[in-house]
Amino acid sequence: MLRGLWTLTWLEVKIFAREPLGLIGSIGIPVVIFITFGRISSRARVSSFNPDVPSAIGADLPIMASLLITISTLLSLIAIVAIYREGGILRRLRATPLRPYTILTAQVLVKLLFTAVTLAVMLLAGRRYYPVDPHVPLLSFTLALLYCSLSILSLGFLIASVVPTARFAQPIGTLIVYPMFGLSGLFVPVAALPAALQAVARVLPLTYAVSLLRGIWRGEGWAAHTGDAVALAVMFVVLTAVSARVFRWE
Amino acid sequence: MRQAVIQVAGLRKTYGRTVAVDEVSFDVLEGEIFGLIGPNGAGKTTTMECLDGLRTADRGRISVLGLDPRRDVYALQERIGVQLQQAQLQKRITVREAVGLWAALYRKPVDGSRLIEQLGLADKRNAWFMTLSGGQKQRLFIALALINDPELVFLDELTTGLDPQARRAIWDLVRGIRHRGKTVFLTTHLMEEAERLCDRVAIIDHGRVIDAGTPAELVQRHCPERTVHIATDDAAAAGWFRAIPSVDSVEADGSLLTIRGAGADLVTRVIACVAERGIRVIDFRTELPTLEDVFLKLTGHAIRD
Repeated sequence: MLRGLWTLTWLEVKIFAREPLGLIGSIGIPVVIFITFGRISSRARVSSFNPDVPSAIGADLPIMASLLITISTLLSLIAIVAIYREGGILRRLRATPLRPYTILTAQVLVKLLFTAVTLAVMLLAGRRYYPVDPHVPLLSFTLALLYCSLSILSLGFLIASVVPTARFAQPIGTLIVYPMFGLSGLFVPVAALPAALQAVARVLPLTYAVSLLRGIWRGEGWAAHTGDAVALAVMFVVLTAVSARVFRWE
Repeated sequence: MRQAVIQVAGLRKTYGRTVAVDEVSFDVLEGEIFGLIGPNGAGKTTTMECLDGLRTADRGRISVLGLDPRRDVYALQERIGVQLQQAQLQKRITVREAVGLWAALYRKPVDGSRLIEQLGLADKRNAWFMTLSGGQKQRLFIALALINDPELVFLDELTTGLDPQARRAIWDLVRGIRHRGKTVFLTTHLMEEAERLCDRVAIIDHGRVIDAGTPAELVQRHCPERTVHIATDDAAAAGWFRAIPSVDSVEADGSLLTIRGAGADLVTRVIACVAERGIRVIDFRTELPTLEDVFLKLTGHAIRD
């Protein structure tokens, strides 16, 4: 039963947009980073595979900036769930016919919407410095980013379940999210990592997200990345199932 | 005979090793304001949340509007309204949006904007939740509890933290809910609130219900003592009053007499005596026990320990 889902989702979009800092953080930062690094790499770039430019800010810049969007929505989701829980908002919503998963679905939909909007703003605002090759399948890439976001956001519910209070949500979230970002293969190829870190990277959704998004951007198509897509789907199912068990409403 | 809308028998709920409520039993009748009263930590909220489906009782039979809150929680939620202790809403949600959201959640909502007007929030309809005063927030929560035109409304510590003026305004609203034919189940640790608002109350302490009845019944049953203070310059008056059968003692302090006794007719008898003997009375004041005294007597401690 999804009664109330659209009302709640639209309301959460409006409420999120009323918080200037949150809006600047989640939309502004990825856009600024994309433009800044886009300028640097556009000066250095001759071809899209210039070995002098680190891949994360060269060929992989759109992938890195896109994942930054996802990461900021992840941190924001953790903070919102923690605040809603601590303030008794979740408790109050639970005492209505609203089903628990409707509340969480609405939050995820809001995040996906803002992800898509930010991606569009980013590519449009940065097109002078980092023109997107017309062969890049942008629609497919957007879908891939939203697909990856689902897995990554389901990790957010797990993190939100373990943080004790809203005050700890941001630091703990950051502590988990940024190492995950570092191991994702964007900055150092996963194969070049020490064996122990490789093992860690293999169980983190971001690693598969990087591989999938990079492939789609280069036009390799979904069929060439079935393994990544399946890994992300499995992680989504597992993380959601674990979250549903350990999630605390108050 | 009015029907019972809530029937609780042998309710028990534990958190780990702590027994929050045990052997709690009471009935709530249709159309009344029923108060569960007791100090903080007595088990009021736990009991209420076992009734409205937010918690699952460990043991006991619970029937709310003929439904089992454990099994039929979603069917029950359509028919009840709930106000929770210390609940919050999103900081930047407006009054109108909150009422609109709640209206979207129920099958048969009432007109939200009329509800906002009835609760005196018309000029705050576009204000963010975070900017509302304590009393306004509670009025909004009452509005949300009434949006589905419920048969039964649960109110948990509704006026805690409000100033006396806001508290009185909220009491009037609660009486208005009863006036519309709904049943109200409320919890409070304020004895004055229970006395003024509730048709019947159950006193709960350390997770157990000690006694239940109308406030007047409870006072009569446990604290039958009455005190009358009379100021008079009639030297013979003390003797007349002592002769009244239900009077236990008369103390004189100058012209001020303190008459103590038991029974509902004590005051009547003192007044009759004054009239009969033509005693000139300068001042007359009665001191009647309250629920607060009942609570102290039954539990051995004051409610705000």
